[in-house]
Amino acid sequence: MKFPFRITFENRTEEVPKWMPLATSLGAVVAAFIINGIVLWLIGSNPFRVYKFFFNASFGSWGAFSDIVVKATPLILIGLGYSLAFRMKIISIGAEGQFYMGAFFASLVVLVPLVPLDSPKIVVLTLMAFMGILGGALYGMIPGILKAYYNVNEIITTLMLNYVAVYWNNYWIFGKYSDAGFQMTPTFDKVAWLPRLADLASKYPFFSGITLHLGVVFGLVAAILIWLILKYSRWGYEISLIGDNPKAANYAGINIKRNIVLVMIVSGALAGLAGMSEVTGVVHRLQEKISTNYGFSGVIVAWLAKLHPFAVIPVSILFGALIVAGREIQPSGISFLIQGTILFLVISSDVLLRYKVRISRRQEEVA
Amino acid sequence: MNLEVILRAGLSTGTILIFAAIGEIIAERAGVMNLGVEGMMLIGAMAAFKVAYATQNAWLGLLAGILAGGILSLAHGLVIIHFQADQTVSGLSLTFLGTGLALVLGEGLTGLNTPTIPSVDVPLLSSIPFIGRIFFTDFNILVYIGYLMIPLSWYFIFKTRPGMHLRAVGEKPSAADTLGVNVYGIRYLYTFVGGCLAGLAGASISIAISPGWYSSLTTSGQGWIAIALVIFARWNPVPAALGGYLFGMLRRFTLDLQGPMTILGVKNPFFYDHNLVFFLQMMPFILTIIALLWGSGAARRKRKGTPAALGIPYIRGERGL
Repeated sequence: MKFPFRITFENRTEEVPKWMPLATSLGAVVAAFIINGIVLWLIGSNPFRVYKFFFNASFGSWGAFSDIVVKATPLILIGLGYSLAFRMKIISIGAEGQFYMGAFFASLVVLVPLVPLDSPKIVVLTLMAFMGILGGALYGMIPGILKAYYNVNEIITTLMLNYVAVYWNNYWIFGKYSDAGFQMTPTFDKVAWLPRLADLASKYPFFSGITLHLGVVFGLVAAILIWLILKYSRWGYEISLIGDNPKAANYAGINIKRNIVLVMIVSGALAGLAGMSEVTGVVHRLQEKISTNYGFSGVIVAWLAKLHPFAVIPVSILFGALIVAGREIQPSGISFLIQGTILFLVISSDVLLRYKVRISRRQEEVA
Repeated sequence: MNLEVILRAGLSTGTILIFAAIGEIIAERAGVMNLGVEGMMLIGAMAAFKVAYATQNAWLGLLAGILAGGILSLAHGLVIIHFQADQTVSGLSLTFLGTGLALVLGEGLTGLNTPTIPSVDVPLLSSIPFIGRIFFTDFNILVYIGYLMIPLSWYFIFKTRPGMHLRAVGEKPSAADTLGVNVYGIRYLYTFVGGCLAGLAGASISIAISPGWYSSLTTSGQGWIAIALVIFARWNPVPAALGGYLFGMLRRFTLDLQGPMTILGVKNPFFYDHNLVFFLQMMPFILTIIALLWGSGAARRKRKGTPAALGIPYIRGERGL
């Protein structure tokens, strides 16, 4: 017996309706939760209990919500950087390494120290932010140059550099800057801590224990800047043109190679700033595992946000929730699996944006 | 540090890379770039370990690992062949999906003991002086299968009729289609074959060459190294295999560098400052980048090797390749 329906894809002749991208992204998230619910049920746990726990662990209280935004902060910065690169069809997955390099460079300000530690807080923190951006940018530049001038696949180089950055960091935290042999540096002087809402607890008791720090402002400002660049600047236009039609861009006299390097530098700089924000706002020292796979979740954030800078923010918050809840949930891989399923479904659902899918009853063929 | 030990370690751990790289070569020769090798390897390693533990039979485990990799690859096939999604991104998402699935289903496997694929001597060949001792003695059976797979896959791709169809689909699908070759069918088939080989690579880690399940550390980036090898070898199984063995040796060599107190009469810095070992651990990844740089340069200069339709969806009735 033949399958009774025929599924055909027809090219879209008219514009995609405005609500479609949003609907496919939301649909992908919902479908991912349903599919993983089935997986959870198949392996013998209760999906409703897991998801309820999930919700409580992430949105159950102001404290929990603030934890989510803290986790979302690096994701916003990294997701923005990826969005820029992906718009140019540069598939970098190197934010993990750039994050570590940013954290390392920023920490040098305190560890060497590059400025006297009795300088004003604003001086120390500004220099740290600058160093974080520098570290990430330099580390992003390497695969950018390799891609632009030597045609080396950027996915593999960025991934390999991620591993290298982790070992590089390990050398410094186990060796030179180790705190009495522990696998971390000594806690930074308070001058190098980003201000947190909890600092205001003496005035407003409501804020006690709220971990939200200034880093989130970096993320929001960066989102606005990237949006402005994409919408109004010449460079933003060049990025879109190269992504859509590199040949046309070439004929238009746009320097594609230079733009590849530039976009990798900016995307690395954002990841480096994320690293700086994490060491100064959250852990207050350089140590192992400062990133909970931000570099990888960021890839999914960017795709789910359809590479739109403002959409990156709510998506990052959703993923912050996945990370926060994922720490306490069993089985521990489930948050990773949900992220993977979401990405896969987002990509598959893109077909709906490009084609009209028509399902029709198969006609009995006349003999 | 012993040259024979390093050579044998290279042959043994290189086998893992060779399975994965040959699988990827076959898929890419058909025009399908699958960057999900790491995910397929991990799911293969998990499935092999889990089934071998449950049935107490390593061979059933091996079969499960192969099929798990193959089945996961079909998800990639569907998305890129029928939905015409971007192959790089889809492959990347397959890595995430495979890793997540392997972590969830592999929960609680760490530290268990399973039966493993045995190590054997090859009859007759192992008695050849010197060569027999190095190449044919006391290796895992999968290592010998790896030896066989190199010439066989080369012969299949370049010298047989189905191999020609495979390459035609990757070079000029529209021409192949005109001649009655089923482009979609062939792309699905070799995506599946590539997935099965990646699954085999994963299984050969978890139940044969370095047995155990260590969640995502089981494969620790080897899938990506295999993809780099494919480019380095310009889509030819023979150089890919040599590269895989060489890579295995270099890996062992950097490990062994930590052992001796002096090297060639000079004080060994890695022995005296243990933290310098982190730089040794970076080496495989830096070497991969260098190999890739070399391979990409050669590919550009000779305009040879890269399948012309690699990564480009084939749409029947539309202009294009």
